Amino acid sequence: MAGKTAIARPSSGAGDIVKRLFVKLGILPFLLVVALVVFTLMSDNFLTPRNLMNVLRQSVYLMIVSMGQMLALLTGGFDLSVGTILALSSVVGAMAMAAFAAAFPDMIGLAIALGCFAGIAAGVSIGVMNGIGVAFFNVSPFMMSLGMASVGFGIALYLTGGVPVYGMPMEFGNIFGFGVFLGIPAPVYVAALLIAALYAFLYRTPQGRYFYAVGGNLKAASLSGINTAGTLFFTYVLCAFFAAVAGMLLTARLDTGEANIGSAMPLESIAACVIAGVSLRGGVGRLENVILGALFIGLVQNGMNLARIESYLQTVVLGALLILAVIADQIRLRYVASLKD
Amino acid sequence: MSNRQTPAQDRMQPAAASPLLEAKNLTKEYPGVTALDQVNFELRPGEVHVVFGENGAGKSTLISILAGANQPTAGEIFLRGEAQQLHSVHDAREIGISAVFQEFSLIPQMTVEENLFLGGEPTNRGFIDKDRIRREARAILDELGFNLNPRQRVDHLTRAEQQMVEIAKAFRSDLSVLILDEPTASLTSHETDHLFDLIAQLTKRGVGIVYITHRMAEIRRIGDRITVLRDGRYIDTVDARATSEDDLVRLMTGRVVGSIFPELDLGEPGRQVLQVKDLSTAGDAVRAASVEVRAGEIVGMAGLVGSGKSELLQACFGALQIESGSVQLNGADITGKPPRHSIRAGFLYLPADRRKEGLMMMRSVRENVSLASLDIAPFSNGLWMDRSGEARAVSGLAERLNLSPPRIERAVDHFSGGNQQKAMLARSLTRSYDLIVFDEPTVGVDVGTRASIYEFIVELAKQGTAIVLISSDLPEVLHLTSRAYVFYRGRIQAELTAGQLTEENVLAHFFEREAA
Repeated sequence: MAGKTAIARPSSGAGDIVKRLFVKLGILPFLLVVALVVFTLMSDNFLTPRNLMNVLRQSVYLMIVSMGQMLALLTGGFDLSVGTILALSSVVGAMAMAAFAAAFPDMIGLAIALGCFAGIAAGVSIGVMNGIGVAFFNVSPFMMSLGMASVGFGIALYLTGGVPVYGMPMEFGNIFGFGVFLGIPAPVYVAALLIAALYAFLYRTPQGRYFYAVGGNLKAASLSGINTAGTLFFTYVLCAFFAAVAGMLLTARLDTGEANIGSAMPLESIAACVIAGVSLRGGVGRLENVILGALFIGLVQNGMNLARIESYLQTVVLGALLILAVIADQIRLRYVASLKD
Repeated sequence: MSNRQTPAQDRMQPAAASPLLEAKNLTKEYPGVTALDQVNFELRPGEVHVVFGENGAGKSTLISILAGANQPTAGEIFLRGEAQQLHSVHDAREIGISAVFQEFSLIPQMTVEENLFLGGEPTNRGFIDKDRIRREARAILDELGFNLNPRQRVDHLTRAEQQMVEIAKAFRSDLSVLILDEPTASLTSHETDHLFDLIAQLTKRGVGIVYITHRMAEIRRIGDRITVLRDGRYIDTVDARATSEDDLVRLMTGRVVGSIFPELDLGEPGRQVLQVKDLSTAGDAVRAASVEVRAGEIVGMAGLVGSGKSELLQACFGALQIESGSVQLNGADITGKPPRHSIRAGFLYLPADRRKEGLMMMRSVRENVSLASLDIAPFSNGLWMDRSGEARAVSGLAERLNLSPPRIERAVDHFSGGNQQKAMLARSLTRSYDLIVFDEPTVGVDVGTRASIYEFIVELAKQGTAIVLISSDLPEVLHLTSRAYVFYRGRIQAELTAGQLTEENVLAHFFEREAA
């Protein structure tokens, strides 16, 4: 048997290596290489340290949202309300912060802390609703998060009347939006902290393993003594938490609370995960790949901006990439069956 | 049919006795694996030809090629002496070769008649001709003697009835070869009888049957010849009636194997571990059942599929809602507590359907084995995982259970059925359990692995674990248990002690009504 395959292999030497790499790593490394080459050729300003740092800073928000989205996908669901959570936390956080800052002008630090807390709490409350629906009433994640997206967006618009919220202390934007420490933007530190924490949680604690188990086989997880309803509930709460943090960071960058930020987030975060090899069937996906997936999308958007591709067309490219990633995942499954390991 | 021990390739027969279906030197290669290696197979009109072998021997690959679902790398297929190229299941069906795989190809939301004509609906001026479908569906079902309502939705049928629909589908075209892949795996004995009657009718009409099964009793009952495969290679074709079970096992495994059941030399049972009193579940799956299990004994739960034997233990474990009654484990009340609680109290239930309820197919063996014990050493310190401790422990278990190949990082999906089962059974060794329930532990598992699973169970009992063995396989209950309860329609019909455990006794209670 071994002899036969050894003979068969050289005939397709390079192709076989590419195929094995594809099965092992997925589509993402190939897309990254293609994107880097194409955009470097299209624009001289693309492959500079300054621009790459820009890409990193711009990708931070999507990265954080994608981390939460990944949890939802791992458990076999998804969260379409991440955009709304971003918006609601932005609006509520900004209003609370502005109100505190106006009431206690000397305690800027406290106002910022309380504002962030209020914003994140508002976002997480959407996740709590999602979690209750999915975990305890067996509502499909699609319907639950779609419904909550509408509810949350409505509340955000109602609270603001559709106008941006001003009046936050300058320091908030200066620190969390534009702050740079040791040459690295502040939001990057926040993202790094969250990544480290989620990584330790997912891969070093039993509960982290349970996310994979619930998505891998709900019934088996339950019969193995895992609290499946609790895990599902927690998934959507955590997902909302990540989206809400991203919402506050984006609010700091924009210096206003806005109800219409984040509308592209559901698509982009799911795309980042899927491109990174997170399975839509649940149970499969790695955090480090999702981070790369978010970076890749940031890279493509930045590259297209530099290459002066119109923003409407960028949306087309993004949708096409998402579909390409799903197709690649299917092809990969076919190869996996034939290569096994 | 007396040409046993004669390899098929040496047998050149005159045209008169020409085979119905013949495969010559079939080879199927996947990168790195040769699933079939120059296999010869020959099916005569009117015979039931059993394909026999361990999991991974190439049976599934062989029948999927014969049914057109898979294409061979090399080799030829002849139907009535004519070479055939089967590019799809559709091609095979066109020339009269139909297969009923374990996974049905039915649309659950559609009716029986809609399923029967799916993909070949008769039309009338471009519209589906419903009258004709109804007429022809009726005709097919009547001809086969199936008592099915053509207008019933498939998801409202029992598994056996769904299987009938699947078989009836094969009859839409002129059938000459029918391939059945473990058709009785989920049938009750009554339904099995019915299926065998049907097979007898078909063979009388000259249809050739290719039949895959692990069950010796079935081979005895309906098999004419047996082709044995091992490691993707053709081993031999033998006469089903003249070959002993030991011979078959020897051919299949390549080694001499005695009885597959180990010696049952358990000591006196110890203290009471599980006590169930008057337990009833919601929906009356179980009615007023009282059971007791002691340390170091193996208690059998026999009965038909759906008789409540499995549901009772699921309810005790916490996976099914209890309506009334009580469950005590080691003297403590665990009535209605969730599985999480049962596991921590030392009670494990290993489900019958490993794909649906037991394993995360896309995850590694390591993660599957450790799943139920991640809260304790050596897998974690309660808060943080101990990944090297986990890898060490699972490697040790893989070695102990002879996992093949012994690669614990490989996805469970890529192991054979027997090895998947081992991965699930290994869970029972990741914690110290007082009570372990095995629900149909050898379904879809080859004889070699079955023997080692039996040994494993007896070994656990000898160490003082209380064991419950739920099984629809009668010999399993007869040979492996020291005491058995027989279920009938949700009630416990009888409790049989070691001396009373005979086939007649158990069977008598399978159907009898309200005797106890």
